[in-house]
Amino acid sequence: MEHPVLSSTKFNAWFGSNHVVKDVSMAIEKNQVIAVMGPSGCGKTTFLRCINRMHELIPGASTKGSIKLYADDVYTMNPIFVRYKIGMVFQRPNPFPNLSIYDNVIAGYKLNGLKISKTEQNDIVEKSLTSAALWNEVKDSLHKKGTFLSGGQQQRLCIARAIAMEPEVILFDEPTSALDPISTASIETLFNELKEKFTLIVVTHNMQQAARISNKTAFFYMGELVEFDNTKKMFTSPNDTRTQNYITGRFS
Amino acid sequence: MDNNKRLDLSYAQLKWDNVFKFILVVMSVILLIIVAGVLVTLVIQSSPTIKSIGIKFLWGNQWNPVTNAYGALPFLIGTLLTSFTALIISIPFSIAIGIYLGEYNTTGWLSNLLKNTIELIAAVPSIIYGFWALFVLVPIIKNFQLAIGVANYGVSVFTASIVLAVMIIPYAATLSMTLIKMVPSPLKEGAYALGATRYEVIKSVILPYTRSGLFAGVLLSLGRALGETMAVTMLIGNNSAIASSFKNIFFGLGSTMASVIANEFGEADHTLYFSALIELGLVLFFLTVIINLIGKRIISLYNNK
Repeated sequence: MEHPVLSSTKFNAWFGSNHVVKDVSMAIEKNQVIAVMGPSGCGKTTFLRCINRMHELIPGASTKGSIKLYADDVYTMNPIFVRYKIGMVFQRPNPFPNLSIYDNVIAGYKLNGLKISKTEQNDIVEKSLTSAALWNEVKDSLHKKGTFLSGGQQQRLCIARAIAMEPEVILFDEPTSALDPISTASIETLFNELKEKFTLIVVTHNMQQAARISNKTAFFYMGELVEFDNTKKMFTSPNDTRTQNYITGRFS
Repeated sequence: MDNNKRLDLSYAQLKWDNVFKFILVVMSVILLIIVAGVLVTLVIQSSPTIKSIGIKFLWGNQWNPVTNAYGALPFLIGTLLTSFTALIISIPFSIAIGIYLGEYNTTGWLSNLLKNTIELIAAVPSIIYGFWALFVLVPIIKNFQLAIGVANYGVSVFTASIVLAVMIIPYAATLSMTLIKMVPSPLKEGAYALGATRYEVIKSVILPYTRSGLFAGVLLSLGRALGETMAVTMLIGNNSAIASSFKNIFFGLGSTMASVIANEFGEADHTLYFSALIELGLVLFFLTVIINLIGKRIISLYNNK
């Protein structure tokens, strides 16, 4: 049997003594867009940050249980390698302000000291920016600073930076919550194209967005994974009353 | 790049990460060792007086190398008096400059001129301040001393404090400027939007927000003042007796611990004298540490409120 690209089993996470993720088990298939939703403080972002071991960078944070990338437990893997395989895009666009657009895209290679030839670099930059639907807008200003771009363009630059490393999975932590509706729409369209090559996990506050972009949706509440199912089913006939209450807006 | 090569590389990266961390730790520990070494040397070198005079050294008010009577009290008073007077004189200047450059005039030629001048104040060697004060300040103080009925040498604890105040302004001023500049503008705008004036924003948003940092800047200045030697030695008069009245202590001749060490080190011709001077250094070391600890405590009390 082929392994799912990501699978977590009885996974728990803490900040100090605060138990924020409780016994989460889920399996994620390849080339899907998974939306993760839930009210503020439900542990969805923490769970996302556990997948590529960013959670442990915070002092006092701890975890228990396993998350597997195919057959390998990410918590026994080299964390540097984990983050190479599992990319991440953050809530606020964070292109490196000291680097040009070009250097931002290949920042992953530069940071890691990977030696690649100039032609390879050019290929990677063009390919990644094209996949992030940014190439046409910036191809004449590749050597300008990335911070001159608009918020939506900056976020797509961050996406290009993540896909340049050719990861298996890309994690998105509320990637459009700092953007205007037009930039949001362009990034949502992008998800549909990106899933051809990658598996996307998107934390979002926005239920309409979850419904628009995802194949499957996970609903977190108070640190637990309440329900994980096909998006259509989740939004039409959820199994759990808590999911029902959330999507009908009875609590937030 | 294939996975195995990438995996090998990531182990090499982690290895370097650990080496790098090790280097940082070693560097930091070396500093600890140096400070500990200074402390140990001071204790060993001052052990003759510690043995023969004991704890009385701290409050003995006689300092007479001829009779081998050594008491640090006159110099403790001198050090604390000059430092705190200088601090009180300098604080209004430091904070005012910090607010002006951090909030009102952050760019432009005047702002740059002021910033460069402040840096210059910190960069000028202290002996030059001493000279300036001897030529300019001392004659003025002479007249003042004559008017209030103190022996008019011109040099005095008060004279030293004024020059010390000028010398320590940059430390608190630079730090408070940086902190005031860093106050997030949404916070200030929040107050403006409620109808606050600029003065009110400074008073009720900026100053409370930067309070502990401003205090840290003042503490930094105080640390400089406690240890400043050259200018103080030139201006304080170097008298090791305690005068009879506060007027005479403050406006008359005095000594600080650092100035006594600088003045008398060359003439310390027997073991006990030499060791007494080193012990003064030890006391100064601890005084600085204690004042810093108190300051840190106050900062953390502020922050927890």
